[in-house]
Amino acid sequence: MSTISDKRKEELLQRYGSKSASHSKEGGGLKTSHIRMRPGGFGGPRGPHGGMGGSKPKNMGVTMNRLLAYIGRDKVKIFIVFGCVLVSTLSNLGGSYLLRPIINNLVSQRTIAEKAGNLLTGILIMAGIYATGVICTYLQQRIMIGVSQNALVRIRKELFSKIQRLPVKYHDKHTHGDVMSRFTNDLESVGEMLNNTLPQVFSGVLHLAGTVILMFVTHWVLALVIMVTIPLMVWAGGMIGKQSRKYYKDQQQALGAVNGYIEEMVAGQKVIKVFCHEKTVTEEFEILSDDLRQKQIKAQFFGGIMGPVMGNLSQVSYALSATVGGILCLISDFDIGGLTIFTNYSRQFSRPISELSMQMNTIFSALAGAERVFEVMDETPETPDPADALTVCSEANRVEGARLIKGEVTLKDVTFGYSPDKVVLKNINIKAEPGQKIAFVGSTGAGKTTITNLINRFYDIDKGQILIDGIDIKRIRKDSLRSNIAMVLQDTHLFSGTVRENIRYGRLDATDEEVVTAAKIACAHAFIERLPEGYDTVLEGDGANLSQGERQLLNIARAAVSKAPILILDEATSSVDTRTEKYIERGMDQLMTNRTTFVIAHRLSTVRNADRIIVLEQGEIVEQGTHEELLAMKGRYYQLYTGAVELD
Amino acid sequence: MNRYWKYAKPYLPAFIIGPIMMIIEVIGEVVMPLLLSKVIDHGINGGRGIPYIVTMGVTMVITALCMMAGGVGGAYFAVKASSGFANDLRKDLFKKIQTFSFTNIDRYSTGSLITRLTNDITQVQNMIQMLMRLALRAPGMLIGALIMAFILNLKLALVILCVIPLLTLAVYYILKTAFPRFRLMQKKLDALNAVTQENLVNIRVVKSFVREDFEEEKFSRANQDLKESTVSAMRVVIFTMPVVTLAMNVTTLAVVWFGGKQVIVGGMTAGVLTAFINYVGQILISLMMVSMVILNGSRALASYKRIDEVMNTEIDLTDEQAVKKEATVKDGKIEFRHVYFKYYKNNEKWVLEDINLVISPGETVGIIGPTGSGKSSLVQLIPRLYDADRGQVLVDDVDVKDYSLVHLRNGVGIVLQKNVLFSGSIMENLKWGDEDADEEAVRQAAQYAQAHGFVSSFTEGYDTELGQGGVNLSGGQKQRLCIARTLLKKPKILILDDSTSAVDTATEARIRESFKNELSGTTKIIIAQRISSVIDADKIIVMDDGKIVGIGSHTELMQTCRMYTEIYYSQMDKEVTAS
Repeated sequence: MSTISDKRKEELLQRYGSKSASHSKEGGGLKTSHIRMRPGGFGGPRGPHGGMGGSKPKNMGVTMNRLLAYIGRDKVKIFIVFGCVLVSTLSNLGGSYLLRPIINNLVSQRTIAEKAGNLLTGILIMAGIYATGVICTYLQQRIMIGVSQNALVRIRKELFSKIQRLPVKYHDKHTHGDVMSRFTNDLESVGEMLNNTLPQVFSGVLHLAGTVILMFVTHWVLALVIMVTIPLMVWAGGMIGKQSRKYYKDQQQALGAVNGYIEEMVAGQKVIKVFCHEKTVTEEFEILSDDLRQKQIKAQFFGGIMGPVMGNLSQVSYALSATVGGILCLISDFDIGGLTIFTNYSRQFSRPISELSMQMNTIFSALAGAERVFEVMDETPETPDPADALTVCSEANRVEGARLIKGEVTLKDVTFGYSPDKVVLKNINIKAEPGQKIAFVGSTGAGKTTITNLINRFYDIDKGQILIDGIDIKRIRKDSLRSNIAMVLQDTHLFSGTVRENIRYGRLDATDEEVVTAAKIACAHAFIERLPEGYDTVLEGDGANLSQGERQLLNIARAAVSKAPILILDEATSSVDTRTEKYIERGMDQLMTNRTTFVIAHRLSTVRNADRIIVLEQGEIVEQGTHEELLAMKGRYYQLYTGAVELD
Repeated sequence: MNRYWKYAKPYLPAFIIGPIMMIIEVIGEVVMPLLLSKVIDHGINGGRGIPYIVTMGVTMVITALCMMAGGVGGAYFAVKASSGFANDLRKDLFKKIQTFSFTNIDRYSTGSLITRLTNDITQVQNMIQMLMRLALRAPGMLIGALIMAFILNLKLALVILCVIPLLTLAVYYILKTAFPRFRLMQKKLDALNAVTQENLVNIRVVKSFVREDFEEEKFSRANQDLKESTVSAMRVVIFTMPVVTLAMNVTTLAVVWFGGKQVIVGGMTAGVLTAFINYVGQILISLMMVSMVILNGSRALASYKRIDEVMNTEIDLTDEQAVKKEATVKDGKIEFRHVYFKYYKNNEKWVLEDINLVISPGETVGIIGPTGSGKSSLVQLIPRLYDADRGQVLVDDVDVKDYSLVHLRNGVGIVLQKNVLFSGSIMENLKWGDEDADEEAVRQAAQYAQAHGFVSSFTEGYDTELGQGGVNLSGGQKQRLCIARTLLKKPKILILDDSTSAVDTATEARIRESFKNELSGTTKIIIAQRISSVIDADKIIVMDDGKIVGIGSHTELMQTCRMYTEIYYSQMDKEVTAS
């Protein structure tokens, strides 16, 4: 029925991570489409279920300790919680143990009045014990919620904070979906564990221990007999647990594969329609979905039988204790009350064991999730600034204690490659005087955007130096450096929020008038006013209700409002029509006054009036000069300008 | 509900057998305490002695093993049925989304669709599984234990009967309070996701404007919100356990009191009392199970609603009304007659206003105009990515609505403004244009698009894997691959929506050249920013603010259309004349 070959099936499963072959450290399974252009790129959001992994954690002890440290700050509360667990477990056990004397009393040889009196006393005591137990149960849960949620808040905060400090390289290598998955899927299972598992494990262990003790107290010979069933239970629990862990990992991978595929196809839905690819895509999805189902059946089956198996093994021990206990009642002086409670214990006995085994699954998946979260947290952040790093500022945006710079930018013998074997820039030497406009032109992939990545230290160079007013940028604090460089990037990125807020992102303390001025410079004011609520119009994620060109204008406005002395425009108007661009020109000129500007553009009309145009090919400067000088040279620039030569 | 019946039908046997097996377990559970009471009453007190006890014991063991078989079987069928149901539903949901029109797609965010296909389906699946395992078991246990209790001792049973309604009321009240809080919690989770996702997508902007602290503050608020809403929801839920335990304890106490008094006066045996106490426990546990089911059910209900919403979405662009489904695009003639269009039906302003246009087969047409003037919107009406609100769009003199969508879209190739390639090799991506194309055809298409050069320069050439960890493609390279992909379709009408904005002038000229030479029979529509891209077109359409303000050749427009000349002069350097 399906037109998909077996080879294709294999490929699909492998590519999206359902087969673990391609599980690398860098978040394996999900291979997003959207080719990453060297600056930026993007992946899609992820659903709450379906991370990668769910694998058996590599170093449980270490991870567990680290996780517990987050709760550890609420030490007092934890003690109270465990205290409550202890009390409620004891009361539970105690209350049930009380049944023995009560029942014995009933069948004893005492007088009716005595019996009744004892009954009343017994009940009152039980009531007291039960009440304590209930209160403690409630208290324990109530406190635990606060503790676990606080821990989660802390972990999330640290994770987010850490992600802000990671170098751009990390973000280029990992899909957003994968990183987000750590906030959602992985932390979800961690939260589950923190909230429920820990107290339950403690309670389970206590209960178990308590039950066993009580069994021995009730009748030690009988208890010994019952203990025979324990190895059986442990073995069964272990077997089932092992199988379910294995299949659970498979299930998670398959879930991740389905998730990855959905993400890619839903995000690229329009292309699918344009190529009438719906049928193929649906068939491919069915393969992944069926694969998931197979893995689910196995995983959930083993997960699901834990309860029935363990629970009914305890029924067996119930039967055993009834039989042997009954016999003991006949041949020895074992009392009926004791028999009653003993049989109860033997039945209750396996509940903690099966609960503990089920908790093990939760624990494993939580630890695996925690590991993935910690993995991100442990990533090397951007190189920290040296202790003596400088802060700089310009005339326009003075800052206390900062060194005044004019905006002279020098590149000396700069050589750089994103990966060691592929050098993108070779021996670049450029000097831009303050206030000059320097343009970069060249064929795609020649290295233009790379230079901008280096100036604001998104990447650090291997060889050579970049200097601002003579200071090596490595000696300037990164945040100071960047706040003095305003960038308009090739990809337009807007935030959900109002138009005003988006523009204000360029300088948080800009006044409303300054925002409007900036919008006017960028020729955005006109279309903003035409929006339903003008500047207060809320933009849907990434400005979906605007055209490409309009979004670029907003980007420019954002840069316009900042007071940075250095400006980088990377294809800032590629989607804006040239007529509008001409109108912007005056505004752009205003934008560039007193700022050292680097412009990258394919459109030669944009670069025409630069103070210097630098022609890059294959990472090297082949020509530089003014527009007129370059034309006169009749070299590369001339060819580009007159459209006479092909480029690749 | 009928709609979902078809997903359950194939698994009907499992749906039936599963719960039945659970009943076996339930029966066993109910029987066991009874057997114990017999041991006490007959075996010990009744003097039937050891043989009787042993017989009872063996019976109990066998019962236990039967129960195990029942429980395991129940689990097996529950998993089988629920996963089958969910799988089929998931596949159909995906299929449904594939039928969505652009307008339908625009309504749902990508993230929301992903959640519905994954998490929401999982919730429903878990719910079904839980239902299967408990739906008969819990009520079964409840009823069974109640019956036993009544049989054993009517008066005592009445005690239990008093507690049940009160307990039910309490649980109901808890759930009612909890449900809206859960809904809120989900919303806050969505908000947290949104903040995180946006931050990740925009990380370069964040870094270059040094807004890390600002972002952290944003996140912190969402973080706190989520915590508060979770705590608020959980605080209500945690009443469940104590309430049920309290009920259990009170009932036990009452039973011990009243029952104890009866035993004292000889109206009841100790054995019966013991069994009774066990049944009380069972009844209350089953009540707790029911409340658990309802609690989880409310979460699953929310998920179900979301799935249903998608399944019920009316597709507003189908070819069901098409009357010429066999027709294919042969010549490539395009006509617009009084076309009006807007994206959001509630907006007052038209995106396209009274468009009238005729494009002859094989013509090369350029469309130019300011940002936001409606160029993309215009061309998207041709392959029916959107439908016109008024007027007609005709291809080969047939209304586009009368073609089958497949034929129409095979005949009209459009390279969208946003370039999307998928995981896979370059060859695989290009073959989206034509699955059956051979390597030669693919290479040729790549050549026309000026992509062959750079692809060959890669070590793996056309087998290069695209995607994370694959080759970094620049914007221009991506665009060219997208063009090649569409070329492979060999469409009669080719539309390029600003598809060379990232490609340098010279390369673009070569692309136009190859179009002119190799695709002379194809009607070509090119939306561009650069005059140079359209200057050689047979016809140039100038648009402004949703209207056509000029049509003609370059020379004609230079004399008649002010907008055009403005654009022209904004680009051309008067000192250098293009050769």
